[in-house]
Amino acid sequence: MSMFSEILISFALVVSGIFGFVGSYGLVKLKNTLQRLHAPTKATTLGVGGVLIASMIFFYAETGHISVHELLITLFLFLTAPITANFIAKTYMAQNLRKTDLPESGGDYGWSIYDNAPEEREISEGTPRA
Amino acid sequence: MIELALLFAAGCYGVALLMDLWRIAAGPDAADRILALDTMVINVIALLVLYGVWRGTAIYFEAAMLIAMVGFVSTVAYCRFLLRGDIIE
Repeated sequence: MSMFSEILISFALVVSGIFGFVGSYGLVKLKNTLQRLHAPTKATTLGVGGVLIASMIFFYAETGHISVHELLITLFLFLTAPITANFIAKTYMAQNLRKTDLPESGGDYGWSIYDNAPEEREISEGTPRA
Repeated sequence: MIELALLFAAGCYGVALLMDLWRIAAGPDAADRILALDTMVINVIALLVLYGVWRGTAIYFEAAMLIAMVGFVSTVAYCRFLLRGDIIE
């Protein structure tokens, strides 16, 4: 393995380790639940991306062909991190905020935490559900 | 040099796991605990990939992929349960 790829792998590993540490440190340090939501969903995801990049370079330098597993894991994590954050924020709002704490949604329907989905509401207002 | 960097990154993620554990124990809210569990899953994925690089085998990627999927599904299921009182309506 060449010196250049070793330096590249070590740099990616150190940076990703720092990012992962900062993510969990923010989880401990920040004051509010919704503030705490920021640190792990962004910093830790980036840290895992760095680890996977380092492993891609390592296996490319070792075997000579690119492995796609890391790309799959990175893609999956980057797709699911915002969905997870959205769900956790909704859970916090549903448990800790009243309906009057929020402004109007500005659309035809209310916020999804408190109101049912539109098609469900039409069913419940029209014929009774089976 | 790679061994040193691997040790440093594994140490960082190990301490991160401990801090997640503290948040699970202390978190005042259920949302905090779900968030800390999700972060723990992501840190364990990073540790698995680091171990795979250390041993020089590609076996651990399948395990990391499976853990990522199970972690995502469990987080969403937990949030659904707290949001609607039911997972599949």
